[in-house]
Amino acid sequence: MPPQQTIERHTIAVIADNEPGVLARIVGLFSGRGYNIESLTVAETDPAAHLSRFTIVTSGTPMVIEQIKSQLDRLVPVHRVCDMTLVGAHVERELALLKTVGSGDKRVESLRLADVFRAKVIDSTTESFVFEITGATDKVDAFVKILQPLGLVEVSRTGVAAISRGAQPM
Amino acid sequence: MSAALTPAPDAAQTELSGAEIVLKALVDQGVEIIFGYPGGAVLPIYDALFQQNALRHILVRQEGGAVHAAEGYARSTGKVGVVLVTSGPGATNAVTGLTDALMDSIPIICLTGQVPTHLIGNDAFQEADTTGITRPCTKHNYLVKDVNQLARVMHEAFHVATQGRPGPIVIDLPKDVLFAKGKYVGPEGFKHRSYNPRREPDPARIAEAVDILANAKRPIVYAGGGVINAGPRGSALLADFVRMTGFPCTLTLMGLGAFPASDPHFLGMLGMHGSYEANMTMHGCDAMIAVGSRFDDRVTGRLNAFSPNSKKIHIDIDPSSINKNVRVEVPIVGDVAATLEAIIAEWKRRKLVADKKALAAWWEQIEKWRGRNSFGFKQSGDVIKPQYAVDRLYQLTKDRETFITTEVGQHQMWAAQLYKFEKPNRWMTSGGLGTMGYGLPAAMGVQLAHPGAMVIDIAGEASILMNIQELSTIAQYCLPVKVFILNNRYMGMVRQWQELLHGSRYSESYMDSLPDFVKLAEAFHCVGMRASKPGELDDVIKEMLSNGRPTIVDVAVDEKENCFPMIPSGAAHNEMLLGPSASGAPGKPVSEEGMVLV
Repeated sequence: MPPQQTIERHTIAVIADNEPGVLARIVGLFSGRGYNIESLTVAETDPAAHLSRFTIVTSGTPMVIEQIKSQLDRLVPVHRVCDMTLVGAHVERELALLKTVGSGDKRVESLRLADVFRAKVIDSTTESFVFEITGATDKVDAFVKILQPLGLVEVSRTGVAAISRGAQPM
Repeated sequence: MSAALTPAPDAAQTELSGAEIVLKALVDQGVEIIFGYPGGAVLPIYDALFQQNALRHILVRQEGGAVHAAEGYARSTGKVGVVLVTSGPGATNAVTGLTDALMDSIPIICLTGQVPTHLIGNDAFQEADTTGITRPCTKHNYLVKDVNQLARVMHEAFHVATQGRPGPIVIDLPKDVLFAKGKYVGPEGFKHRSYNPRREPDPARIAEAVDILANAKRPIVYAGGGVINAGPRGSALLADFVRMTGFPCTLTLMGLGAFPASDPHFLGMLGMHGSYEANMTMHGCDAMIAVGSRFDDRVTGRLNAFSPNSKKIHIDIDPSSINKNVRVEVPIVGDVAATLEAIIAEWKRRKLVADKKALAAWWEQIEKWRGRNSFGFKQSGDVIKPQYAVDRLYQLTKDRETFITTEVGQHQMWAAQLYKFEKPNRWMTSGGLGTMGYGLPAAMGVQLAHPGAMVIDIAGEASILMNIQELSTIAQYCLPVKVFILNNRYMGMVRQWQELLHGSRYSESYMDSLPDFVKLAEAFHCVGMRASKPGELDDVIKEMLSNGRPTIVDVAVDEKENCFPMIPSGAAHNEMLLGPSASGAPGKPVSEEGMVLV
């Protein structure tokens, strides 16, 4: 049976000690072995145990995805690796902040679209808005795209955070 | 302030300096020898070393030599090799050895000095970002900023270096931490919070593996360095398994000695310069059990033609080695010894016997391949064939306790092909990284671990010059290491590839202006000898073996000899090039796709 060559997108959660260098270890693993990172989000999630949670969105053939998980799991400070895509039902969200500059119709239109996308205005001047939007990556992508002709000058995105559905924790 | 000047008596007894904590932890971990080179940042440790007798320090002549020596020590004993170097250049010189140990799964603890914590990041004198530089070339590394964490980190490092797939660990030690006073804790009851690799195999996988093995018509056992890392019991169980089943067994470069070469089940080394019978058996088998081997590109040849009709079982303690290059039907994560024991027990429990009729037919085919005599050579005329030199060395040393190290290149492959190892831990070579200059310092480490044994570095005249300074260490400690140089005046493997792939344009591979190795040996207080004719060889080897002194033997060998058989880059196991001395037709030339491969 020839190995499957289709490229898949996977969201991987990693629980690791929150210690100096752990982010460099993970990022270095990806660059050193030629794996892709589409997004990476990290913050301490268990301050009492000094544990951080990384959410990594990556892509590759099934064999490469399997390698990525084994390589991550072998890092000494890593406690757990969980392939959210394989585990099944899960939700993914990212947050984006977008700045638009303009006046007149474009300004009104951007405000109206923000309402459609359920984005919030979190800062405003007479010539600018900063919108906050939360959603799945494709929703954020759509909002960024739609604001482009309406004076979009700056985007800041967090990357994906993911968690499984249902009562069971990871 | 007054409290600090008059500490409580019990606190005074338990508080040690960072440097003392380092040494106490090493002693408590059973370390006897460390290889190192002093410098400003590690002076506190050297001062503490001066005031104790439990640890022996071996002063190398360059930090790279220290790591290879520790590798030789570790590989020949199964213990952890310990290195002590200073900050900056001390640490950067150690990087090649660390990478070598990572590739070949050798447990090493490398203590590096660092500038004091308040100067880190300031581009201070002899500062380097050691943990940053060594992150990808170690199994794990630490920067210790708090003296009270030092003892824990030291013990943790030994745990990480030896558990699971072994590897090198760097502990970076800022100078102020070495001076600071702190609490020591012993290694007793240490438990790692995240790194506890699985040793026992999954019984369901064992059953699946035994199903495949019991039904095999054309089986092969393909074992590697993981068997040696599993300890003598791993090798003993491998031999039990092979003899119980009657299966043929091949070994990787790193695995040589894990199965006795004299056993008729042994097919020799496999891979790029492996035997014809080993590679053809790999190609034609219907069931393969990989034991502590990792399907390296030097072993597999062209991946899409690798053993196309076999069901594969892979035993490895490192899950990331499984399904990396070759997809296998039955992956088994576990210690080689524990897994082989479980397989043997399951085989016996089910009262299985191998398919005798099929196996007899398979062996008949294998013997035909063996009949091609792919490691064969003809010694005739006045010029010494390098293979003949290795064979004579083997014949004259096989009955004594001999340890062989090598450098990297043609001589390494001839040694692997022709020197027959009966026991594990007798063969030290740089397999994964292919580090020229490995063999001499490694031999030093082996000799220190086995003072009464014969330790021989089979070398090339190019490789030996890469760490030649270690002859001075060898002289200082009166180590009777033997250096057996196959001198063909070329970087032989480079020349061979240039001949086969680049139209015999020998670009920069001729070793011009070589030193007089006899005088070089004498300059380093060693014995130097030379053999130029086949008839001189035995006498020179016998003299080398009996003189009890560090000795260089410079053997002038055929400059044009190539190392065969060979699977050219990008070719499959059944497309080997055979040498002129082997019987049968030569193989195909190198493909264009093969040219770009290393």
